[in-house]
Amino acid sequence: MSKSEAKITGARLMVELLEEYGVDIVFGYPGGAILPFYDELYKSTKIKHILVRHEQGAIHMAEGYARSTGKLGVCIATSGPGATNLVTGLTDARLDSVPILAITGQVATNAIGTDAFQEADIYGITIPITKYNALIKSADDIARHFEEATLIALGGRPGPVLLDFPKDVQTELTNVRKSSKLKINPRHYQKPPIGGDLDAFAAALNKAKRPLLYVGGGAINANASKEIRELAEKGNIPVTTTLMGIGAFPGTHKLAVGMLGMHGTAYANKAVLECDYILNLGARFDDRVAKPGEFAENAVRAHIDIDTAEFNKRVSVDHIVHGDLKEVLKVLIPKVEKVDRSSWLEYLDTIRKNHPLEFDDSSDSIKPQAFLQKLFEKSKGKAIVSTDVGQHQMWAAQYYLFDEANKWLTSGGLGTMGYGLPAAIGAKFGNPNSTVICVSGDGSIQMNIQELATIAMYKKGVKILIFNNNFLGMVRQWQELFYEERFSESEWNYNPDFVKLGEAYSIKGMRVATKSEIDKAIEFFLEGDEARILEVMIPAEEKVFPMIPAGKSQKDMIEFSDAIRTGKK
Amino acid sequence: MKHILKILVNNHPGVMSHVSGLFTRRSYNIDSIAVGVTDNPEISSMVIVVKGDDSVVEQVKRQLLKLPDVIDVEDLAYHDCISRELVLVVVQCSDANRTEIISICEVFQARIADLTKTTFTIEFSGNTRQVNHFLEMMQKYGIEEIARTGQIALRYRS
Repeated sequence: MSKSEAKITGARLMVELLEEYGVDIVFGYPGGAILPFYDELYKSTKIKHILVRHEQGAIHMAEGYARSTGKLGVCIATSGPGATNLVTGLTDARLDSVPILAITGQVATNAIGTDAFQEADIYGITIPITKYNALIKSADDIARHFEEATLIALGGRPGPVLLDFPKDVQTELTNVRKSSKLKINPRHYQKPPIGGDLDAFAAALNKAKRPLLYVGGGAINANASKEIRELAEKGNIPVTTTLMGIGAFPGTHKLAVGMLGMHGTAYANKAVLECDYILNLGARFDDRVAKPGEFAENAVRAHIDIDTAEFNKRVSVDHIVHGDLKEVLKVLIPKVEKVDRSSWLEYLDTIRKNHPLEFDDSSDSIKPQAFLQKLFEKSKGKAIVSTDVGQHQMWAAQYYLFDEANKWLTSGGLGTMGYGLPAAIGAKFGNPNSTVICVSGDGSIQMNIQELATIAMYKKGVKILIFNNNFLGMVRQWQELFYEERFSESEWNYNPDFVKLGEAYSIKGMRVATKSEIDKAIEFFLEGDEARILEVMIPAEEKVFPMIPAGKSQKDMIEFSDAIRTGKK
Repeated sequence: MKHILKILVNNHPGVMSHVSGLFTRRSYNIDSIAVGVTDNPEISSMVIVVKGDDSVVEQVKRQLLKLPDVIDVEDLAYHDCISRELVLVVVQCSDANRTEIISICEVFQARIADLTKTTFTIEFSGNTRQVNHFLEMMQKYGIEEIARTGQIALRYRS
């Protein structure tokens, strides 16, 4: 009997498919319904399994791994509670277009639908939050589902996929090792032909006196950094990025105006107000960035995206090109003329000087902004930085600049507290030689703090920075500015001793509270390739500026200077 | 404005939830939905009637095309297609109005599928306007029960 005819179990086949695909690391947590698969994983010499402490940790690790390496992130969970613990991560990956393959155990096919022990209809639950999902009903279908799932996860606009794998299908024998006919249309995984009038596109851009590039996370997924830089430099066009687009264009470049939107720089937001042409490269006119009807209203608006459903979704645009951003830019750049736009650039420089990112650093307490500036200098901007969600996230986005893509890992679309620590661990597994820093807050870190055990177990040198203000800082900021200082449930009456908590996991830590300690603290923090916890005590009233209140437009931006004037600093 | 979307999908379980779920979670209201297999047993045709302006429907269309199981979406303009729905209706009748109901059915070319001493079960197919109109006519006799299929549609051939 030849190898192709020899029958193997579904679980064995799944492991072999992962190996053949080149997956060398998976993040997961075993349980009853996935045991046959784990048994085969045990025998695999090619795949390293990372045992986490909570399935949510597993999927965020897979996300951190995928986003920092550009590869597929794989996570494993058992049926029922294991599977439902993946839901937040799947939604996160869906909103931020991260290629994730989740494999979940399921009760045996004859028990499905009976409310069996640890049964959940994860197929039904995850329909709206995955790009593709399937319940595998026969071992003969595994190869096809696997191929379809991986193609879809990485194809076009990437996203999460889920394969639900019943226990009896894991033990069923099959000799179907290759998928026959795929049931999905090639448009779901092949690069689309370029659609749109690029000449008209270029002509409008060439005419523009005050153009602006507005770069989103799609630019990173399309690996289009080089082309964006070429386009910007050739046309002398300033570049603003979204939270997700950070790193797609060098943050220290003279044409970079920083992040736009709710907590973007004043100069980026003013550039949006005053540009006469705005070119959206793989961004989605998110509601934290664009208010329909008021976004770049005096400008010709153009949009390049791989997902046609993004066109005219929230903001109407004048020129549309559908396609892979890298491919489109390659064709567009030769059509773009070298235009002298020095007066526009000088004007933006003046705004940058007059409306810088500001904070009051006169007291002896540590200001997170100053701390991050210092961290940026000391780490030479080379670190991979993950964040949780809140004030610390926005400060990191503002003050830690990135010259490269795939080094900034943050939960942009869903705003998932608890993302940062596991994402950093995943990134460290994918980039063992890089410095990986998790910037978090005292609120966020506690959402997945159990993953300290994963760091300790695998001796991963993840650096964890916790800005502690004994508050849910961003909630407090909104309550102070918009709810007359009624701090409803945003104050923590109790935090653990984070340094001692680290010690419990053999992770060295330090707590600092005064400015004079910053240098020493950062030195301790970055030293060697060992995990560290650095707890930085910061004032509770410190706020993130500039700020565009939710639902408002660039015109309603509150800057630090406005806040001082109105006493709301 | 009403749009009739004709959606070709892979014929396997779960596709219906994917498609209808997309409408629910984006708050697009489905007027009617009808599903049946095509001449190819691997492919089903779904006809969904939605209300919305052109830009909303365009958005629906693009979102639908992102679903891996959706093969094609065609937006049939209302006046540009033959549409039919089937209704089964149970109408009360008495000796006094039995003939009257029969003659209305003749006018509409509706078929009487069953009758008892006190009821007619009538089968009627037509476009939505005709079905509504027919039911309106039956209203005064007393409708006991209705089952409607939702619309199916095909584009006119020139």
